[in-house]
Amino acid sequence: MDSVLSLAAANLISPIVLSFVLGLFAALARSDLNFPEAIVKGISLYLLFAIGFKGGVGVTGHGIDLRLFAALLTGVALSFALPFVAYLLLRSMTSLPVVDAAAIAGHYGSISIVTFVAASTLLSGMGTPAEGYMVAVAAAMEAPAIVSALWLAARGSKNGGSIDGRLWREVLLNGSIVLLVGSFLIGWITGKDGLAQIESFVVSPFKGVLCLFLLDMGIVAGRGLKDNRGLLSPGVAAFGIVMPLVGAAFGLGAGLALGLSLGGSVLMMVLGASASYIAVPAAMRVALPQANPSISLTLSLGITFPFNITLGIPLYMTMAQALMR
Amino acid sequence: MHKAKRVEIIIEAVMEKRLTDALISVGVTGFTVLPVSGGSGRSGQWSREGQVSRASGMVAVICLIRPERLDKLLDAAFAVVERHIGVVNVSDTFVLRAERF
Repeated sequence: MDSVLSLAAANLISPIVLSFVLGLFAALARSDLNFPEAIVKGISLYLLFAIGFKGGVGVTGHGIDLRLFAALLTGVALSFALPFVAYLLLRSMTSLPVVDAAAIAGHYGSISIVTFVAASTLLSGMGTPAEGYMVAVAAAMEAPAIVSALWLAARGSKNGGSIDGRLWREVLLNGSIVLLVGSFLIGWITGKDGLAQIESFVVSPFKGVLCLFLLDMGIVAGRGLKDNRGLLSPGVAAFGIVMPLVGAAFGLGAGLALGLSLGGSVLMMVLGASASYIAVPAAMRVALPQANPSISLTLSLGITFPFNITLGIPLYMTMAQALMR
Repeated sequence: MHKAKRVEIIIEAVMEKRLTDALISVGVTGFTVLPVSGGSGRSGQWSREGQVSRASGMVAVICLIRPERLDKLLDAAFAVVERHIGVVNVSDTFVLRAERF
């Protein structure tokens, strides 16, 4: 317990988390602090490129083995499966309609790349390496949950959505996935020589840029909570904390079964615990427009994301350490 | 001056391309797409500031057309926007160069 608290305390006073807290405070205090949309997009492009590139370079260091492919397949399976768990929890903990429960479940099968980046940064700061290919696992886990969510909605409601070829293309080729996978491949192909050429761009400024991004995420999360708090019943809000813990347990099981390193297992837990606020919300708006986006986005960004960033990641780290010692 | 109809469709940003494709498919090739800063509606409040995803953003698609083409445009637009968050409004207007519409 002491180690959880000390790790959580160290995490809470890191510049990354404090930046998030500042954004949250600014929004809740009704400050006019704002990031223009274009700057946030630029920052997110930078972060995706940097994390993808460094992940690719990491693979050249570790080499490719069967575990890489097994991890990818496991990630896809987790993303397919977690929405079913989330849906069952939502139906038992809340009185949300089927369509809203299915849409939210889809968010929790997919992943939050920023939570992944924050966890990777914490791990590297602690000197705990992780498999570089976990970036590819993250990319692979973005989309499968959408299929599960639409199936759940179609099964439980007459107004269920469908996924056509155009939506498939938009989901699988959405900018985040293309950039993450593309920069991963560039890092993999160019290796350490490539990293040496752009190190001053992708390594040194990374944490500072991440702080700015977390500041914006804090503002967006705070505004979502302030404007839409009435939409979250106690059961729905509790789900936002319970589901990450359940997802992390699945991730830990997957990490142990795959024989991943401590860092890799923690990242698998984070992927299982986090909820999407980029790929899935967009897909749900197209395929399941009758679902209320304010509930799923407020839950994912306003409850689960802050929980994971502040307490969740240290907790997952401690759980993994206890089991893998 | 010549009579025309001004159709303004405020729709979720993720549906923009589907809507403009539908308009083009019925021969409405002239339209303007504008970003929308924020607003409030039945699904709560939203703002485009600070957003990473287009999922919570909206856009305004504005068309100026001859009155006799209005029904065709609305049929095509409704096929796309019917189930989605948004507002469709039609107003009478005047244009200076009728041959362009």
